[in-house]
Amino acid sequence: MAELKLMKGNEAIAEAAIRAGADGYFGYPITPQSEILEYLMVEDAFKRTGMVVLQAESEIAAINMVFGAASTGKKILTSSSSPGVSLMQEGISYIAGAEVPCLIVNVVRGGPGLGSIQPSQADYFQSVKGGGHGDYRLIVLAPASVQEMCDFVPLGFDLAFKYRIPVLMLSDGLIGQMMEKVIMFDQIPRATQFDQSWSLTGKPANRQRNTVTSLDMDPYGMENHNRNLQAKYTKIEENEVRFEAIFCDDAEFIFVAYGASARICQKSTQLARDKGLKVGLFRPITLFPFPKKELLALAGKTKAFLSVEMSAGQMIEDIQIATKGKVNVEHFGRYGGVIHSPTEVLEAMENLIKNS
Amino acid sequence: MEFNEIINPGNLVYKKTNLLTDKVLSYCPGCGHGTANRLVMEVIDEMKIQSETIGVASVGCSVLAYEFMDIDMVGAPHGRAPALATGIKRVYPDKFVFTYQGDGDLAAIGTSETIHACNRGENITIIFINNGIYGMTGGQMAPTSLEGMKTSTSPYGRDIESMGHPLKITELVSQLDGVYYVSRQAVHTPSAARKAKKAIRIAFENQKLKKGLSLVEIVSSCNSNWKLSPVKANEWMEENMFPFYPLGDIKVDGVAVKKVL
Repeated sequence: MAELKLMKGNEAIAEAAIRAGADGYFGYPITPQSEILEYLMVEDAFKRTGMVVLQAESEIAAINMVFGAASTGKKILTSSSSPGVSLMQEGISYIAGAEVPCLIVNVVRGGPGLGSIQPSQADYFQSVKGGGHGDYRLIVLAPASVQEMCDFVPLGFDLAFKYRIPVLMLSDGLIGQMMEKVIMFDQIPRATQFDQSWSLTGKPANRQRNTVTSLDMDPYGMENHNRNLQAKYTKIEENEVRFEAIFCDDAEFIFVAYGASARICQKSTQLARDKGLKVGLFRPITLFPFPKKELLALAGKTKAFLSVEMSAGQMIEDIQIATKGKVNVEHFGRYGGVIHSPTEVLEAMENLIKNS
Repeated sequence: MEFNEIINPGNLVYKKTNLLTDKVLSYCPGCGHGTANRLVMEVIDEMKIQSETIGVASVGCSVLAYEFMDIDMVGAPHGRAPALATGIKRVYPDKFVFTYQGDGDLAAIGTSETIHACNRGENITIIFINNGIYGMTGGQMAPTSLEGMKTSTSPYGRDIESMGHPLKITELVSQLDGVYYVSRQAVHTPSAARKAKKAIRIAFENQKLKKGLSLVEIVSSCNSNWKLSPVKANEWMEENMFPFYPLGDIKVDGVAVKKVL
């Protein structure tokens, strides 16, 4: 039976991983997401479901343990925060190239470099534009509540296996650390059968050997592989866009924000409506695929968009590309680990309205 | 004698191992990789564990090992094979899992993954080919290159003062409690290859015991990049590599082998 719990976002991810029937977690401690590994150890995930939990010697090792374990077709995840996810980029590129499904969680903190340990959304470019070397994409899910931290674990696994692609949950230190009520789904049993068409199980006599690799020494072969990858990304863009639109139907001005910023903008939108301002909120849930069509449709009937991000302005570029110059798009955001308040976001919107 | 008379099942004394594919090897003539690939496949064939074995190929001359070995395999990023093998073994503790790595992969870029997989006592087998040089990229200095050894990035010979000492990574990891078996072998003569095969067999059999990691180093020649003929390269290896990297068991059943002077 589904259970109502009060949990931190990070704990919700860990509990959801156990319940989603994950076979393995490999990770390395880093603030602000260490609760994920701690929770899995305290809960003794192995005893509960047989899920393997291992603390790796580095994020580099962790992502490569994920690569190995996930190449067997099992459900594997890791989590980290910004500097750690930078270290993982080489592995993520290989996993994307080899088309291995897995789930990666980034609980983003301020950067660049060692940065700060407070919430940030400055890893947007890294997450949605590839991150490592080569032409590839990840499916990027942006949770805006503890409930979504929970729900996006099984969703992430489903999408990862549907498209044989690494899925990145792009969270942040705010959603990771805050406590909210969450309805936990029932335990899903761990899988016992694995896809023999590609995964490594040991070669039985009745099939060809399976090879999981991102290498092709023939450039034409590699170009072909890239074409197939691009076709897959196009299919994902056509089928997997997720978003939430609040008060957008009659809105003259729209906040565009994801994750923690969307939560803050939700309050700012309410405050604006209380003042009689026709303000709405558009929240992309998938950052790749980005809700381009939906934003373009809104662009025609809106005076301006305000992109609110805990960064110097990254998603704003995708909004501008999506809306093809049909609407004025401005940016507002605090960064480096500073969280904007609903009132300063509202103030930024009021300034935009005044100047439009 | 006619060709047909020679190619006669009655005369067959040696043939390609069952678990090697028909793919033409990408290794240079004279290189030890071909023999080492074969020995690993012979052991897996003789143990009848093809359906229970998952291999991890690395980056280097053996990057295409999965095209030659007729088993399920994954190609790891450079140096990360022991981390991939850890992931596989942890979710499949009863499968046989091995890595096949060169010295640049295992002893330079992958040192951290090597040491920590060894220290955790992962129940895997590492096959480590040491030819003291980067082969695939064209003969650059490796951590294992000998003092004075000329390579494309130590053209006047490896200078210890500025380039550091050659790394005896095998002796180093043999000190770790998680390591159960360590042996250093060669494959340049039939008798050396027979001994190497025995060591590889032990290293795979050990996985059943779940008592820790087994590593077999194979000191091999790289005649192409050493710029010697295959025969001269083997002589150079015996005269220069073996004194620094002496052959034989280093740790057996979790116990260091005492050197008899």
